Amino acid sequence: MQFMLLFSRQGKLRLQKWYVPLSDKEKKKITRELVQTVLARKPKMCSFLEWRDLKIVYKRYASLYFCCAIEDQDNELITLEIIHRYVELLDKYFGSVCELDIIFNFEKAYFILDEFLLGGEVQETSKKNVLKAIEQADLLQEKTEHVSARVSLGVRKRTRICAGVLTCIKM
Amino acid sequence: MCRDLATEVEKLLLQPSAYVRKKAVLTAVHMIRKVPELSNIFLPPCAQLLHEHHHGVLLGTIMLITELCERSPAALKHFRKMVPQLVHILRTLVTTGYSTEHSISGVSDPFLQVQILRLLRILGRNHEESSETMNDLLAQVATNTDTSRNAGNAVLFETVLTIMDIRSAAGLRVLAVNILGRFLLNSDRNIRYVALTSLLRLVQSDHSAVQRHRPTVVECLREPDGSLSRRALELSLALVNSSNVRAMTQELQGFLESCPPDLQADCASGILLAAERFAPTKRWHIDTTLRVLMTAGTHVRDDAVANLTQLIGGAQELHAYSVRRLYSALAEDISQQPLVQVAAWCIGEYGDLLLEGSCEETEPLQVEEEEVLALLERVLQSHMSLPATRGYALTALMKLSTRLRGDNNRIRQVVSVYGSCLDVELQQRAVEYNTLFRKYDHMRAAILEKIPLVERGGSQADEEAKESKETAQLSEAAPVPTEPQASKLLDLLDLLDGPSGDAQHPPPLDPTPGGALIHLLNLPCAPPPPAPIPNLKVFEREGLQLNLSFVRPPGTRTLLLITVTATNTSGGDVTHFICQAAVPKSFQLQLQAPSGDTVPAQGGLPTTQLLRILNPKKAPLRLKLRLTYNHFGQSVQEIFEVNNLPVETWQ
Repeated sequence: MQFMLLFSRQGKLRLQKWYVPLSDKEKKKITRELVQTVLARKPKMCSFLEWRDLKIVYKRYASLYFCCAIEDQDNELITLEIIHRYVELLDKYFGSVCELDIIFNFEKAYFILDEFLLGGEVQETSKKNVLKAIEQADLLQEKTEHVSARVSLGVRKRTRICAGVLTCIKM
Repeated sequence: MCRDLATEVEKLLLQPSAYVRKKAVLTAVHMIRKVPELSNIFLPPCAQLLHEHHHGVLLGTIMLITELCERSPAALKHFRKMVPQLVHILRTLVTTGYSTEHSISGVSDPFLQVQILRLLRILGRNHEESSETMNDLLAQVATNTDTSRNAGNAVLFETVLTIMDIRSAAGLRVLAVNILGRFLLNSDRNIRYVALTSLLRLVQSDHSAVQRHRPTVVECLREPDGSLSRRALELSLALVNSSNVRAMTQELQGFLESCPPDLQADCASGILLAAERFAPTKRWHIDTTLRVLMTAGTHVRDDAVANLTQLIGGAQELHAYSVRRLYSALAEDISQQPLVQVAAWCIGEYGDLLLEGSCEETEPLQVEEEEVLALLERVLQSHMSLPATRGYALTALMKLSTRLRGDNNRIRQVVSVYGSCLDVELQQRAVEYNTLFRKYDHMRAAILEKIPLVERGGSQADEEAKESKETAQLSEAAPVPTEPQASKLLDLLDLLDGPSGDAQHPPPLDPTPGGALIHLLNLPCAPPPPAPIPNLKVFEREGLQLNLSFVRPPGTRTLLLITVTATNTSGGDVTHFICQAAVPKSFQLQLQAPSGDTVPAQGGLPTTQLLRILNPKKAPLRLKLRLTYNHFGQSVQEIFEVNNLPVETWQ
């Protein structure tokens, strides 16, 4: 896979993952053109189209378009499965995922994608394993947050005690 | 960076944690893509990694092996030994490997299956042994996969692609085509798209198998979906052959009328090509081309006009029919430029047939002279006509002046009006025609005669080869092949000078500027054309004669073309005839390929060879010839210098 884009029906980009090195300008240009082309397609049309020298596989889930660009030798039907698997993972994680979830928790969406695909190829075919890895990463994050929270709380407590002592002294 | 880290990655490949290993393998894949030389580092661990149970790591390993095989033939040979192992893995996966976490709708780990199939495809390509090992497995996968959901179809598709690429058994190939046929009938558009793409790849090798699905393919032409109809169009064009050409053209023309503009150009050229290759009758061919021009005239290729005029010119019996049809088409619509150009040319050439009245093949059409002239004038004045079209119309009007029986006042009027037209091309033509009316009226009929059949403009080499087949009378015809587009009037000029037998004229298009007609008009004062140089007989032995004929093309004072003609009047064939030439150092010699190396006996077809000699210093020409051949069972070698070369060859 060369890149994956998620965009809404209004053409706003929600997620972009690039597996080939391109300059920012090129990325913007490609995004703009592709969004236009895909949004112009009618609902009953097939999910594949040819664009430049790439094959584009796209699927619409509710208000979001999931769009992947694959090379000539890749299997289009299995790419549809890849897209579906990713949506399932998001669904399992967020519980009935909707576009808002992705907007507000986009970093989680990226983490899940990175656990599922690496360098444009599928790295883990088991749903369970991907979700387990995300869970572990979440736990780790909470632990570190907890530790840093305790530290900052301790500092504040001591400041209050000092302030109280000062007022006592004043009085 | 990849080189530095390669060894680190290799170590990580052996880590106990599967999590790390799967990422390490994919990193290795990317490293190989970037730096193929690292393959020797990553080759050894692959064998061990294939024994993995963890699907993620296994998937990555298969990908790594695929990359290695694609980039290095040595690796390919090495991994061919692992085909049985891969077959085993896939078999277990298909038969017993069902696990809820890896499966999608009943198909166990389709991602892994597809990847293994892809690797098998690369390993089995052009290799009988591996292909045989895979045959059973592929048949099993093809028949047992559940195709109710997309995952199954994805695996099936990959299987079909693999079967098509390796040296599979015939029965397996038939199975593959049948699966594709089933895909075509599927209601899911995605599946149909995928089927059409694969059939297009198959059509070259298994043409008859794909023909069976022709009706379904034609159905897909009518899809509103752009991607599908494009694929269907390509496949339909590939499927046209002599038996189904009429039906297919009918369908394709229907498609042409309703398809989006970006596909029209492809469709039109496709139909015209197919018509050219498989036309059952000339009349059908003309009809088809006419219909295409009427529907999609603006999108056809540039040479369509030329081809059609050549076709009509060649079909003598259909002149009346074509001119009538073109006239009615033109009367309806003068906006399609290629159609207008062809119609104008036709009316000009065969106007008399148009006015004659009866023709069995079309309905009786009573056409008055005035109507014809009015139509051509309309074309001339219309803002939709291109300058080229206007040129055609003006010349047609001029030709009609000799074909029609009425008086020519109207034509003379039009022609004199355009004498002051802003377009230089038209103005030049109009002025020439005007002069034709006024001063050279007696020559008008001869100049405006019907053009002789125009041969298709062949390549330069063809024309030269044909030229060298003739011995004498090369003088004035020689300039014709060197000019890319001779003007129509230049053709007529040759007619006037006396026909030069085989003059090959490209189809009439815009004339070269610089008034060839002015040359005609100045004829009495023009310098006489250079006298042809006499032929020279240089060699004679036992019935084998060698003649040289010379041509000095005007315009290039340093070029001399010599045609060597070998004739054999004896009773025995001359075989292995080779003629070589040598000239002094200041000359440049170019020998072209001879027409053959056998000179048949009893005055059969002579063998000719063309020599091109460039003489930049204008030195006296000396020529030595060397002949080797077999005659009457003896091999003969002759070397001699050509004496008595006429002075005109080098002055």
